[in-house]
Amino acid sequence: MQRITIDPITRLEGHGKIEIFLNDDGSVANTYFQIPELRGFERFCVGRPIEEMAVITGRICGVCPEAHHMAAAKAADAVYHVEIPRPAKLLRELLYSAFYVTDHTTHFYALGGPDFVMGPDAPVAERNILGVIHKVGLEIAGKVLQARKAGHTVIEMIGGRKVHPCTSIPGGLSKGITKEQRDEIEKMGRWAIEFAQFSLKLFGDIVLGNKAYVDLILGDIYTHRTYSIGTVDENNKVNFYDGKVSVVDPEGKRLGKYAASEYTDWIAEHVEPWTYLKFPYLKKVGWKGFVDGKDSGVYFATPLSRLNSADGMATPLAQAEYEKFYKTLGGKPVHQRLTIHWARLIELLYAAERWVELVTDPEITSDNFRTIPTEKPMEGVGIVEAPRGTLTHHYWTDERGIVTKANLIVGTTNNYAPITMSIKKAADSFIKKGVVVSEGILNRVEMAFRAYDPCFGCATHSLPGQMPLQVTIRDARGEVVQVLRQFCD
Amino acid sequence: MSGKPKFAMYWAAACGGCEIAVLNTNEKILDVDANFDVVFWPVAMDAKYKDVEAMEDKSILLTLFNGAIRNDENEHIAHLLRKKSQILVAFGACATQGGIPGLANLSNTKSMIDTAFHTISTDNPDGITPQTTYKMPEGDITIPTIYPAVKSLNQVVPVDYFMPGCPPESHQIAAVIDLVIQVLQGKAQLPLTGAVIGAGNSSVCEECTRTRNEKKIKQFTRIQDFKPDPNLCLLEQGILCCGSATRSGCGAVCPKAAVPCVGCYGATEDSPDQGARLLNAVASVIDSRDPAEIEKILDGIPDPAGMFYRFGMAGSLLRASKAAWKE
Repeated sequence: MQRITIDPITRLEGHGKIEIFLNDDGSVANTYFQIPELRGFERFCVGRPIEEMAVITGRICGVCPEAHHMAAAKAADAVYHVEIPRPAKLLRELLYSAFYVTDHTTHFYALGGPDFVMGPDAPVAERNILGVIHKVGLEIAGKVLQARKAGHTVIEMIGGRKVHPCTSIPGGLSKGITKEQRDEIEKMGRWAIEFAQFSLKLFGDIVLGNKAYVDLILGDIYTHRTYSIGTVDENNKVNFYDGKVSVVDPEGKRLGKYAASEYTDWIAEHVEPWTYLKFPYLKKVGWKGFVDGKDSGVYFATPLSRLNSADGMATPLAQAEYEKFYKTLGGKPVHQRLTIHWARLIELLYAAERWVELVTDPEITSDNFRTIPTEKPMEGVGIVEAPRGTLTHHYWTDERGIVTKANLIVGTTNNYAPITMSIKKAADSFIKKGVVVSEGILNRVEMAFRAYDPCFGCATHSLPGQMPLQVTIRDARGEVVQVLRQFCD
Repeated sequence: MSGKPKFAMYWAAACGGCEIAVLNTNEKILDVDANFDVVFWPVAMDAKYKDVEAMEDKSILLTLFNGAIRNDENEHIAHLLRKKSQILVAFGACATQGGIPGLANLSNTKSMIDTAFHTISTDNPDGITPQTTYKMPEGDITIPTIYPAVKSLNQVVPVDYFMPGCPPESHQIAAVIDLVIQVLQGKAQLPLTGAVIGAGNSSVCEECTRTRNEKKIKQFTRIQDFKPDPNLCLLEQGILCCGSATRSGCGAVCPKAAVPCVGCYGATEDSPDQGARLLNAVASVIDSRDPAEIEKILDGIPDPAGMFYRFGMAGSLLRASKAAWKE
């Protein structure tokens, strides 16, 4: 059987490969999405001191190390049964909010955005951040850089380093912030709110104002009706740093909420022998295969699923956008996967508002940023919302606090099954008998994948947009029917 | 193509932090764009492996290779990029010395896979583990073979320059970008092949602002168990800080943030093995000549292998424990 191999998947963090097998008539027989790597953190964290998890697991992902840092820190606090002082919670969540601003900005402007700002069929040379800049102006590039810079400045001030934070320790933080830093953080936060509003307006003008995009977004090709999960606070509003995980069925009915220590009652991981990554699913529903529906345990964990699983946003401007979002799309829950791009921008606004809320709390400059644990270490779970999905860290230790066992369910991992389904559905829909498999067609298959923001799509400004590509299409006898090429010799 | 020199950046067994560190040079990235054609950078643009294969040998002027060599795909791409590149830089701790993934060398691959596929939340009653070739109804599909031990880049291909750090700090990356552009303009020369770039020549202690006195350690304490004096050397206070055995260049950011150096910039200029150098440092500050007392003091270091070789296991003289080579 003939096949199209996309290797490696590009514009994401990590490695992946797609194999598309074609029937004799040129339609898709099957599509496989394989993850070819495994580094083994769950094994090599064993033997390491628990306080190092916040630093070691940051290296699972250098795009969202803040997420691993926080999940590991919360797990270590749980291992020691220590409640960190309120100023420490404020500082950690402040760092986390600023991180969300940088990360969601990067994804929208450099990864997801170009498909809409330039269009899915735009020439490859233009369908990237440079094309976006040429179309909407250099001033925008400056704003994007400033948003990233502001966020990473906060991360460094509170977390100690720009990429891999190091200041969370069992019991709190190793340091606090000065009044001068606080003032600067507030100034940047208020600017970030404006930037988020600007980004939502841009999305409204360029995407929602374009009927062709709206049809694409609302269409069936990129739609999957699955369960949604996301962390909510005690008022059932979206919270990235702490709360309980809310699970909602495809019709919007809440199945329940679980605390960190209860995750094994809810989430299990299915195994296939052809990939190094596992497929999480809802235990209470069961694994029924790569299928949609209320009877399938497949769920997704993204900005859209967070909005679906919550009752609203905890800050006023984001809440107004939340209401507008569901009003426009005909109610909750929403399942069209391309709307994740929109949901991401609503979260961007919430993150910026939350940033300002936290930095203006009078306790943010307190020097009561840590307490010394006194209990014997044993076992603990920490859960945060990574930008790309619910992140769970679970450690067992001996009486010295040395890790004896670890279990990690990482953001994008939650989405492995739905991404696989989205890629397959897009391939089935676009690659058909009689259809010329153009570059634009393959890009639409990638758009299915890209909406989930599978970790990082680098917001580089040096994207040349010249994707060297060769697609060979053969008939049932193996005879070459067509060879499409661009930018390759 | 525009006639600008070609640039590539690749990640093997990596985390993406090096890519973010490059991005965090902010406006400097525009200089990269102005001076180079980016021809391969999977995180950022859509060139595929077969496009690199189709390039002429040595047609890429500069390749920054981050990530460790964990499996045969990583090694294959290392050889491929070596062939296609004039200058190959081992970028970041993983490429220069194995990095955090190198901690896997303290156990073995089978144990790693078994652990991952039998965690408490994993539903695997049949004990399935990944197959490097799997027969689907439509055809065979493959995934890479994981090696018994993680390797650094220079353990599989010759490397021109080494840029340490996890990740390399952005101000160092910016300085290296400036240097390369100056070289392109004929205004500067590249350092000698084999050099460490984007880092200093001494240890992190040189950059640390904490006061240092003579050290006499009677006890090692872990960071969560006491609140250290913010102005005094951490090692002096009994916190195991790797700064004395770690190359300078980062600005001692971690001790500044009141946590110990974890050693991510790798061995100092004159040391063939970072862990050995740190072992030396620890031995020399212990304030005792009584073997029983020394044992007790060393009990305060609960994970010597992991703490001394945190980022540099694969690139060290030891490379891996015996367990890595056992089935």
